[in-house]
Amino acid sequence: MNGLPAMQPTATVRAHGSSRFGDRAFKWLTLLMALSVFALIVLIGYELADGSRLALHKFGWHFLAGTDWDPVNEVFGALPFIFGTIVSSAIGLIIAVPISIATAVYLTELAPLWLRQPLTMFIELLAAVPSVILGLWGIFVMVPWLREYLFPCLQKTFGFLPLFNGPIYGVSILAGGIIIAIMIVPIITSVSREILRSVPGLQREAAYALGATRWEVTRIAVLSYAKKGLFGAVILGLGRALGETMAVTMVIGNTPQIVKSLFAPGYTLASVIANEFTEATTDMYLSALFEIGLVLLGVTVLVNALAQLLLKTFAGPGVKPQQ
Amino acid sequence: MADNTTTRPTAAAPSPSAANAMALNVRNLSVFFGENHVLKSVSLNIAARAVTAIIGPSGCGKSTFLRALNRMHELVPEARMTGDIRLFGDDIYAPSVESVLVRRRVGMVFQKSNPFPTMSIAENVTVGLRLNGARDRKLLAERTEQSLRMAALWDEVKDRLHAPAISLSGGQQQRLCIARALAVQPEVLLMDEPASALDPLATAKIEDLILELKKDYTIVIVTHNMQQAARISDFTAFFYLGELVEFDVTTKIFTSPAKKQTEDYVTGRFG
Amino acid sequence: MTAANHHWRNFKSRLMQVVTFLCAILVVTPLVLVFYHLVKEGFSSINWAFFTQLPKPVGETGGGMANAIVGTFILLGQAAVLGVPIGVLGGVFLSEYGGTKLNWAIRFAADILNGVPSITWGIVVYALMVVPMHTFSALAGGVVLGMMMIPLVMRTTEEVLQLVPGGYREAALALGIAKWRTIVQIVMRTALKGIVTGVLLALARVAGETAPLLFTALGNRFWPHSLTEPIAAMPLQIFAYAIGPYNDQHRQAWAGALVLLLLVLSINIGVRFLTRDRFQRNV
Repeated sequence: MNGLPAMQPTATVRAHGSSRFGDRAFKWLTLLMALSVFALIVLIGYELADGSRLALHKFGWHFLAGTDWDPVNEVFGALPFIFGTIVSSAIGLIIAVPISIATAVYLTELAPLWLRQPLTMFIELLAAVPSVILGLWGIFVMVPWLREYLFPCLQKTFGFLPLFNGPIYGVSILAGGIIIAIMIVPIITSVSREILRSVPGLQREAAYALGATRWEVTRIAVLSYAKKGLFGAVILGLGRALGETMAVTMVIGNTPQIVKSLFAPGYTLASVIANEFTEATTDMYLSALFEIGLVLLGVTVLVNALAQLLLKTFAGPGVKPQQ
Repeated sequence: MADNTTTRPTAAAPSPSAANAMALNVRNLSVFFGENHVLKSVSLNIAARAVTAIIGPSGCGKSTFLRALNRMHELVPEARMTGDIRLFGDDIYAPSVESVLVRRRVGMVFQKSNPFPTMSIAENVTVGLRLNGARDRKLLAERTEQSLRMAALWDEVKDRLHAPAISLSGGQQQRLCIARALAVQPEVLLMDEPASALDPLATAKIEDLILELKKDYTIVIVTHNMQQAARISDFTAFFYLGELVEFDVTTKIFTSPAKKQTEDYVTGRFG
Repeated sequence: MTAANHHWRNFKSRLMQVVTFLCAILVVTPLVLVFYHLVKEGFSSINWAFFTQLPKPVGETGGGMANAIVGTFILLGQAAVLGVPIGVLGGVFLSEYGGTKLNWAIRFAADILNGVPSITWGIVVYALMVVPMHTFSALAGGVVLGMMMIPLVMRTTEEVLQLVPGGYREAALALGIAKWRTIVQIVMRTALKGIVTGVLLALARVAGETAPLLFTALGNRFWPHSLTEPIAAMPLQIFAYAIGPYNDQHRQAWAGALVLLLLVLSINIGVRFLTRDRFQRNV
């Protein structure tokens, strides 16, 4: 080595002040910020409970069973909205789940390698489309098309079922369900894709070694292994569906009624709040809407919590390292 | 409980210029990770301005021992220690002493070189100084050159001090990390298998560097490479299953060790 | 295993490949259709007037959405002021401090918040701010969007910080650098791109939200003058025009939707390019 300067090691970098204060202050600051999530949850619960006090007091549990929504006479029953929410979400799930899972399978198992990344990115972009834009397209493009082509076609083929019987307006519960499907497909696909990707390769290899075809490998080694996680993805999609507001409001017809026909206009919990909140003239009216919000919150939180539990506990078996 | 045979501690000798003063006095050091008793009552003395090697098979506690010397084991959530460690007479575990201060006096170089990726070469060298408040540009520039020279890296990088640190080769990055550690002018330099991830050429450079550095610094090096320990160290400590089995002058450990276990290990009968 | 059985299994496999491929196409189709119609209906209406003029009185043709565009940016700015510090610092806590039980609870709470319907956020902030202030306001709009950003940013920040290798933290601490400085000037600096990405994606998310603004910002046909007044925003304006009876407003709704979608998509795409760069560096 070329001549190194002989350096007396002395501790010249003395304490730049104690770090204890800085460390403690920073830790408390970040803790406080993190605790904000609890504060927000409490805030949401409190404001909704407080806002619904009047209605809760007057109607109690009958609120959930009442079928009349009559602001003029101050009679409020949430059943039409619960019905609309459930039916439209169910339709959305029925349409979206098979398509999403099939797409996720395609993306992870069957698609050519060069196609996977761009296609995945495209689907993630679909998730970014704002609800109101989809709703705009829904009103002016999808609904007229449904009214002129799809619905009459459905009525011709399945008209013997009460589901497809009835006058066709275009705006309908079915339209709401279809647009919900479009909105939740990206998230179910994304999450399912992650789940399928996390299935360990060993499972697939074992199936291939048994002489299975590509589809059989997928069915046996991947899908059945990932059942729990996929179910979690579906529940997550349901959680999204329940809270979907704008796009649904724009195509569902906004009529509080409980009818058998899917072609009839309907109303969801989220839509009635969106439409009538600023028009609520009396305290009781507003309180009833708050209570609708409370019901909506309760249902979505439960569904989401279930989804999170399923998804988190799924990652158990294949991911733990061998001991 | 093995105890060493040489180098009994004299009274705490604060002056680092005395060649055979003790840099670190370790008394009955035990370290627990939760329920795990990882180090069992280790006592030894690290001589100043010398290289002390810590050897032993995997899991024997040598890295834990090293990290106890600059309180880095405290980063593990359930770590606990008992015993006494004195740095030139100062108790580094005294309640009033902050770990941050200890680490400025006892530096560390890691197995995997880790120059900060968002910083240039020069910025990496001076990061310890700057983040502790040093602002004087002249001082920083001087210290940069000094440290890089000491790490035998100056000639290779003097024309590109502002290039990203990650543009250097593996061996160069490790020497950069050494320069970074030296820039804060520690009294002791701890090295945890510093060359194990490097090719033989780079390893040789690091070993030459250590031999030069020991003229001014106290160095404690953990290594699983016994030939390396024999090449560069003055004293060697052999650990096994958390206990200090033997500690002596290096030549004695490798030619006529006192314990059979030591002999078995250095001759390769197990490890 | 007979040859016929083999053929049937192979055929099924091929069939499923085709079926799943068709499903993928089906998934992609709505975005393509939406984009197509937005361009078809809205592109011609995007002119200088659109970006600079206020909406004309109801019934008249012409005018623009300038105030809504400005309003959206004002709301996003406020949302960032609220959401970024709390979200980022909260994410720092989750990543760098905290015990496992507490952190699990915080993460769970954040995930629950991420699932709260946006309209619910709207009525909560209505009760929280609009009622006491006796007015709809831009401030309330900013607050509700900011609140929605917090759990989003917190989770993405945490994830990104976790990706920073522990070796950097160790090296910094071994130099005697204080823990908080290590976190801020080493760890966060290393993860900066990822943190910014998370923030931008959250902003893009709330930029398209309509429901929470319905009862907070409300909407406004004029230039924003004060934060304590209702303010226009692009999603609100698009919604109002879309459900109104006037064709000219419909035309402008399409144009507004196209601009909004381009804004949201360009942030999303831009961010993906930023992060792809990082992968190649990190070998």
